[in-house]
Amino acid sequence: MSIGCIYALVALGFVLIYKATEVVNFAQGELMMLGAFLAYTFISILGWNYWAGAAAAIFCMFFIGNFVDRIFLRPVLGQPQFSIVMVTIGFGYMARSGAGMIPGWGTETYAISTPFSSEGMNLVPESVGSLVISQTDLSVIIATVILCAVLYAFFTHTRLGIAMQASSQNQLAAYYMGIPVKAVFSMIWGISAAVAAAAGILLAPTTLIDTSMGFIGLKAFPAAVLGGFGSIPGAVVGGLIIGIIETLAGFYLPPGFKNVAAYVVLLVVLVVRPQGLFGQKTGKRV
Amino acid sequence: MRFLFKTDYDQDIRIAKHSGYYWSYGLLLLIVIAAPYFLEGYYIGQMTQLYIIAMAGVGLMLLAGYTGLVSLGHAAFFGIGAYTEAVLTSNGVPLPFVEEPVIFPFVISMPLAAIFAALAGVAIGVPVLRLTGIYLAIATFAFALVIEEILSRWESVTNGYTGLLVESLYIGDTELTDGAPFYFLCLGLLVLVILMSINLLRSPTGRAMMAIRDSEVSAQSMGVNLARVKTTAFALSAGITGLAGALFAHKLGFLSPESFTVFQSLELLVLVVVGGIGSLHGAIFGAIFVLALPQGLAILKDYLPTAIAETPGMEPFIFGLILVLVIIFEPYGIYGRWLKIKHYFQMFPVYKKATFKRQKAYMKSERLK
Repeated sequence: MSIGCIYALVALGFVLIYKATEVVNFAQGELMMLGAFLAYTFISILGWNYWAGAAAAIFCMFFIGNFVDRIFLRPVLGQPQFSIVMVTIGFGYMARSGAGMIPGWGTETYAISTPFSSEGMNLVPESVGSLVISQTDLSVIIATVILCAVLYAFFTHTRLGIAMQASSQNQLAAYYMGIPVKAVFSMIWGISAAVAAAAGILLAPTTLIDTSMGFIGLKAFPAAVLGGFGSIPGAVVGGLIIGIIETLAGFYLPPGFKNVAAYVVLLVVLVVRPQGLFGQKTGKRV
Repeated sequence: MRFLFKTDYDQDIRIAKHSGYYWSYGLLLLIVIAAPYFLEGYYIGQMTQLYIIAMAGVGLMLLAGYTGLVSLGHAAFFGIGAYTEAVLTSNGVPLPFVEEPVIFPFVISMPLAAIFAALAGVAIGVPVLRLTGIYLAIATFAFALVIEEILSRWESVTNGYTGLLVESLYIGDTELTDGAPFYFLCLGLLVLVILMSINLLRSPTGRAMMAIRDSEVSAQSMGVNLARVKTTAFALSAGITGLAGALFAHKLGFLSPESFTVFQSLELLVLVVVGGIGSLHGAIFGAIFVLALPQGLAILKDYLPTAIAETPGMEPFIFGLILVLVIIFEPYGIYGRWLKIKHYFQMFPVYKKATFKRQKAYMKSERLK
């Protein structure tokens, strides 16, 4: 369940960028990794309070996301979608190996001390039964719910959110309507990077931090596709379903199926229902 | 500068556009044929590797560069080709109606490897080719991950992570899979594949592929059967990549699933992009780039201060950096730059930058509310 929430959070990052710019960001996992490392720097190396460190990491990632858009993506704006995707792949390479080169980060594995214990706690009264969940997992689930609610409200109820939707549908038209499309794109990259950082920080107690933790981003693809790219609730539901399927596959099927279960589901979804569970129907206009 | 006068309708589809082609490519062919008599063993090996990678690059170029379908999972076809070849030539395969397990000679096993990869391409292609753009990329990506897992788990055939030894091939007493003979085998097959691709690209099918790349809607309205042409392109591309995989199996001599990961797929894609998308030259240039980069960096390291040279992860960093820079500053890759330089000298005083400018297309969503 909690791993599903992590997938959901990373998938949220994908969906945010896709929703606004129609670009699939292959470096989303790497953004998450950078966020986790920043949090590690603030909390463990500089010795800040957990909450302050996490907030600072998320804040920094917002600006890093902004910069990534400014430096790498703005020059290729208006080129074929495929070129833009390749740029994100290239950035992923750079981020992954770049993080390994920074002194103090390196290629080793680290942990952050969190205020959440991994002990289980019972959610329901003893008389009803037992529903044991660890505090770490609970923190992940609660954070996911809050983030989704905030983002959903942001997209549907604020001017900026609606501007983002507009620029996703037609860049030129949005530009003519007075929306600063480029600034909006930088903004959305910032938000997406911040969400990725949150995911990275929440994931840190479970999987520990190292430079290759970005690969979990690849698992978030099936989640995003299952939910329908471009749908925030879809990403969350997709993430949860993928998490559950993976756990069940690890439990009931022979070893090996756990790793690929998510991708098999992805292929099936793409073949049967490409628009995903919550996606919008696509139509082709000439 | 040279002016080409069109005096014949066939001139448009002739392979050699003018007599200069015979000279330059003939010279190139002479050099690569003579190369093994001058070079040391190590360089022959590197050249052989180059041909194999270039062949896989040509395979992906047909798909990504000419049909406009981006595959993020070509290492899967590469792997299928390699494993098919290894299994067919080494252990022997029990067949129905035959008592003993059959060990295939390479003249049969290599085409079989290519056909197997092509069949896998069709198997994945038929359901997913309805998808376009990013969805197709993700589907092929998922397919590659599934194949990778199968390669590592299907131990009775592939030996899993323990790895699979590939037998060397012999004609009479000459070992075919080492040194100069293998060099010529790879070179010959690469030239064959390139000629086939050139021929394909000037045929109606090839033109249909390019029409699909430029606009699916207009291709369809001109009577191109989208599904059939796309599937053909996918199968051909997978088959060529599979053939390259079969050669690669012999080059390595030892297969394990780690050689066919998603990173190999990405590397192939980088090859295509950096070399110059949409040209067969690009596949060759890209292969040279992908092979030469690690070597160049190794040489460069000797001249750098130790603190920088010793950092792990230098290579992928530069790899990513070059990819990003190429896309930003030279979208047509190495071959595009070469064309520009050539054009500059041909047009000498009047070269205009705008000749190669491409129109920006701002994205319009096809997601309708």
